[in-house]
Amino acid sequence: MGNPTRGGGVEQSSYTTVFGSLDSFDKGGVELVNDDARHYAFSNVFEVASMSKPWEKVAVAKNFEYVLEAVRAEGTSPWRTAAHDEFAVCMDGQVSVELVKLESSPLPADAEGSVALDGDPVGAKMGRVTLSRGHQVLLPAGAAYRFVAAAPSVLMMQTIAGPDTQYRWAEICQTV
Amino acid sequence: MTVTDTQVNQSETPNAEGYFSFTLGEFQFRRDEYFVYITWPTGHHVMSVDAFLRALQRDVAWDFFYGIVNFDGVFGTVNHYGTVDIFAGRYNDSYRKAELDYSENHETPAIRETFKSILADWTNETFDPFASPHETGAAWGIKNGDNNSAVTRRRVAAQRMVGVPGDEQIRSDESGFRINRHFLDVDQSEPVVEAEPGFEGEVVAFNLFAYLSRSDVTWNPSVVSACKDSLFCPTTEEYILPIIHGNDRVEWFVQLSDQIHWDVEDRDTGAIRSRVLMKAGDVCAMPADIRHQGYSPKRSMLLVWENNSSKVPELIASGQAPTYPVEF
Repeated sequence: MGNPTRGGGVEQSSYTTVFGSLDSFDKGGVELVNDDARHYAFSNVFEVASMSKPWEKVAVAKNFEYVLEAVRAEGTSPWRTAAHDEFAVCMDGQVSVELVKLESSPLPADAEGSVALDGDPVGAKMGRVTLSRGHQVLLPAGAAYRFVAAAPSVLMMQTIAGPDTQYRWAEICQTV
Repeated sequence: MTVTDTQVNQSETPNAEGYFSFTLGEFQFRRDEYFVYITWPTGHHVMSVDAFLRALQRDVAWDFFYGIVNFDGVFGTVNHYGTVDIFAGRYNDSYRKAELDYSENHETPAIRETFKSILADWTNETFDPFASPHETGAAWGIKNGDNNSAVTRRRVAAQRMVGVPGDEQIRSDESGFRINRHFLDVDQSEPVVEAEPGFEGEVVAFNLFAYLSRSDVTWNPSVVSACKDSLFCPTTEEYILPIIHGNDRVEWFVQLSDQIHWDVEDRDTGAIRSRVLMKAGDVCAMPADIRHQGYSPKRSMLLVWENNSSKVPELIASGQAPTYPVEF
């Protein structure tokens, strides 16, 4: 039996929400009528992460200087920092984040994009966050951060393109 | 010509069905039990009142959004971020060829106040324009109270990120946001946050999926995090996007859960260009010269990613930047 609704219809008694994962994702696509598939840059973050090496920052979306990056999280990442806030969403798995307040940033205040740090960061420990699927974390401007994932996981980064952003559009996107 | 009169022009008395009529420039608006009637100097148009109110609700809540908000294939608005065009037939090839298209430019406060007044007067207590059809009663009938608490919901706009002290806060039963019936299976656990003393305001995380599972509106992107002009605007979707959004910049969609079907048309003529099916994890750009309308069979989570820079529309309109996001 379903549930009667305010709108006058009857709907199912329960629903299953479908999320994707590294192990299980089902891609849609662009059905062209009169256009070029490349204009849509259609990809899938789980597929991109499945083809990536750990901690590669692969752009899956770009809007002028801004990017969204798909990251395969596996093991321990290098330490990184940016002069602006960044954000990471855990799309699959479990990832912990360690944060350090840098005594001295290697970046000018107006620098865009994140950079890797040489060695361990110098500064006060800010704390640690453990993310599961669907969790979003602030990576504050001027902080050093690194990720740790015991099992392959997927992050989506909201950031600005930097020297380590990888562009593989022809490999990851639908082209016809 | 820009019309600067900010006074709301409504009829002195309601009609037989109990609703006021409104005038904005040369446009006239009236409703009866089922329909909205729009007239302008070169033509007239009829829309179902529930479709009209759902579209009007988004246009008001988004303060005219980015680019073009087509209520349907004839009527809509164009945001110039300070002024707004209200048009009929402007993005309809047949109207243009017949030279029956018409538009006026108004100062934003004037059209905002008029649209808010129409929305308030024409929305009965039985109808919530933000809700899915299963979640609300009907828009039809004679005047029957109002639903001002629903049509004046505050739009979330985090300055930094939801959950940061002093910014927008997470949703809970206590704050009046219950888990939506389609998302009862979404994990509600929050991230484990272990902040050292003094860094509680910087070491912050929240459960985005749980936050979205508690959204009480559909098709209403609202900001949860901002990296300069890069805005994460997730939203929950069910049934049909009540407007056809015409882009003035590239925007991106990331399907976070379930699936949405999109019709993509030429922005200016309405000619079909593609159909897009997005499933969980899919990423797709919407080029700057298209318009799109989505169909979500089950309530789904969609991340709308916007570049809020005021420079972008002119760069694209002038041809200095392409209408699509990347070259490969």
